Amino acid sequence: MDERLELSQARPLSVSDLRGTDRRRRKEATIRALFFASAAISIVISGLIVASLVGHAINFLSKISVSWLWAEGWFPRRNEFSIPTVFVGSIIVGGIAMLVAAPLGLGSAIYLSEYASPRARRLLKPTVELLAGVPSVVVAFFCLAVISPDVVQKLLSSASFFNLLTAGIGVGILTIPLVATIAEDATHAVPASLREASYGIGARRRSTSIRVVVPAAVSGIVAALIVGLSRAIGETVVVLVVAGGTGGSAFTLNPLGPGQTVTGAMAALATGTDQVKGAGPAFESLFFLGILLFLVTFALNVVSERFVRRVRRQY
Amino acid sequence: MGAVATDVTTDAVRAGLRGRGRDVRGAVFAGLMLASLLASLAILVVLLWDVAKVGVPVLADRGTSFFTDTNSTVPSRAGIGQALVGSMVLMVIVAVVAFPIGIGAAVYLEEYARDTWLTRFITANIRNLAGVPSIVYGILGLVIFVEALSKIVTMWPTGSLLSGGLTLAVLVLPIVIITSSEALRAVPRGIREAAYGVGATRWEVIRSHVLPSAIPGIVTGTVVSLARAFGETAPLLLVGAAQGFINTGSGSPLHKLLNAPYTAMPRIILDWMTRPQKAFTELAAAAIVVMMVILLVVNGFAIWLRNRYERKW
Repeated sequence: MDERLELSQARPLSVSDLRGTDRRRRKEATIRALFFASAAISIVISGLIVASLVGHAINFLSKISVSWLWAEGWFPRRNEFSIPTVFVGSIIVGGIAMLVAAPLGLGSAIYLSEYASPRARRLLKPTVELLAGVPSVVVAFFCLAVISPDVVQKLLSSASFFNLLTAGIGVGILTIPLVATIAEDATHAVPASLREASYGIGARRRSTSIRVVVPAAVSGIVAALIVGLSRAIGETVVVLVVAGGTGGSAFTLNPLGPGQTVTGAMAALATGTDQVKGAGPAFESLFFLGILLFLVTFALNVVSERFVRRVRRQY
Repeated sequence: MGAVATDVTTDAVRAGLRGRGRDVRGAVFAGLMLASLLASLAILVVLLWDVAKVGVPVLADRGTSFFTDTNSTVPSRAGIGQALVGSMVLMVIVAVVAFPIGIGAAVYLEEYARDTWLTRFITANIRNLAGVPSIVYGILGLVIFVEALSKIVTMWPTGSLLSGGLTLAVLVLPIVIITSSEALRAVPRGIREAAYGVGATRWEVIRSHVLPSAIPGIVTGTVVSLARAFGETAPLLLVGAAQGFINTGSGSPLHKLLNAPYTAMPRIILDWMTRPQKAFTELAAAAIVVMMVILLVVNGFAIWLRNRYERKW
């Protein structure tokens, strides 16, 4: 005790005394560098995604003449790479998917956050999350086995077995849980005081939900819809199996007939049903479509991010 | 006289507060909201029922041979043996690659990083990566993990299990990072400060206090991402999962991992269900039953784990 007192009197305590040993500090720095490296890998991945798309896409553009991109349809074997055909297909499928997913997803979200008792919510929310875990290949099977023959073709006799409408419904089913969970997070985050103020001036539950909770959570709800649309446009396997566009498709606006989307065309190219790998520009059109898809979904995600940030700033 | 007047007022006020009659529109609205939730769940039930109706009899008929047989052009001899093994190896690669990197990145972003432009850039970048369609990850896998690496490393094969596993690992990495970050963020400051107070370094604080408190949330996130990778089909179409006819060949396990063609559960299901023969459709249903049982157990476990250990600090 006395000794220590003497020591501290001999030399005033400095920062270096509290820093710890060199070995301990070296270890800390190494670990920190390791963690930083793992975080930085995500940037490398983004760079690699762009790099892997751009190289082959430029190759593709240099091999073709631009008029091929406005051909009458998407027939890679015949060098017809009609971009409008696959884009309109994606818009039709994405639109139908949102017609399914937006009302069902938002309705589920409002029921879960505004109407369900805490017990019911604890039971129902995980079930919605289980729906989110259903792989797209399973939904594709369901479309072929049930939705196309037993729903779409029964109701609309002019529909062919493989059609864009069924693909849109299938993609919509996959999108419901995503829309529901993001929108539910937004409505659930609306402070209870806003609801109580609304009840306090005599509003009913319906008016409170529609006039208070939904406007307060509108950024999150819009974000849910945009993320849902982005997911719907990026969905591949359902379209590949159900839309009937493998082997090519003429330009079409009819959702009851077969068609092709951006992702469906990519998958068809990749599985080799449309083109043997390596020969001609057909395989490299895969990368050109990849860039277009990447840019569209990237833009949608950036916009939804903006909306989400607005919710966070408010509460 | 005065008493009557009060009674009238009380009644009027009571009637006014109660509203006119029953709230029909409110009830209809509530009914619609409930209906949309029930419709979503009904789709899940009908889907499972429809698949089980076709698939379970096939499973009962084939018994264990369905799980051990390799693929075949004869439906009665085709099985999911190679697909199950393929999927399991893929999941091991995903776990080995994506979990340490993902959790490490989350620890850096939550525990070390200051609020600089670089940190904000990394965070925004990860959120965008989470929204990139899976088929684009397939292109990444094709160009980087198949083509580029086969040029650099002469040993590297085209389209092996390792290429597929690495592609899926990259695909789920943003999900692992985001869920782990949320778990770390939920650990209150006080826990960290208590550890700093007794002289622990940052890493010691993380190792002994932050990570143990956050581990249930991290495990939930990793399990969910593993389930996602298990069901993912689109990227495997690009990184060379074969349709199913695999020449098993010979060679060491390492050689097979690097060179042999492979298949996976979703890939073989896609192959079977797009064939015209009804027998193969039934096989696809049976394989889906197996996949859905695995997925429901795994996802259910993750949800249970989260609810069991969810702590309000």
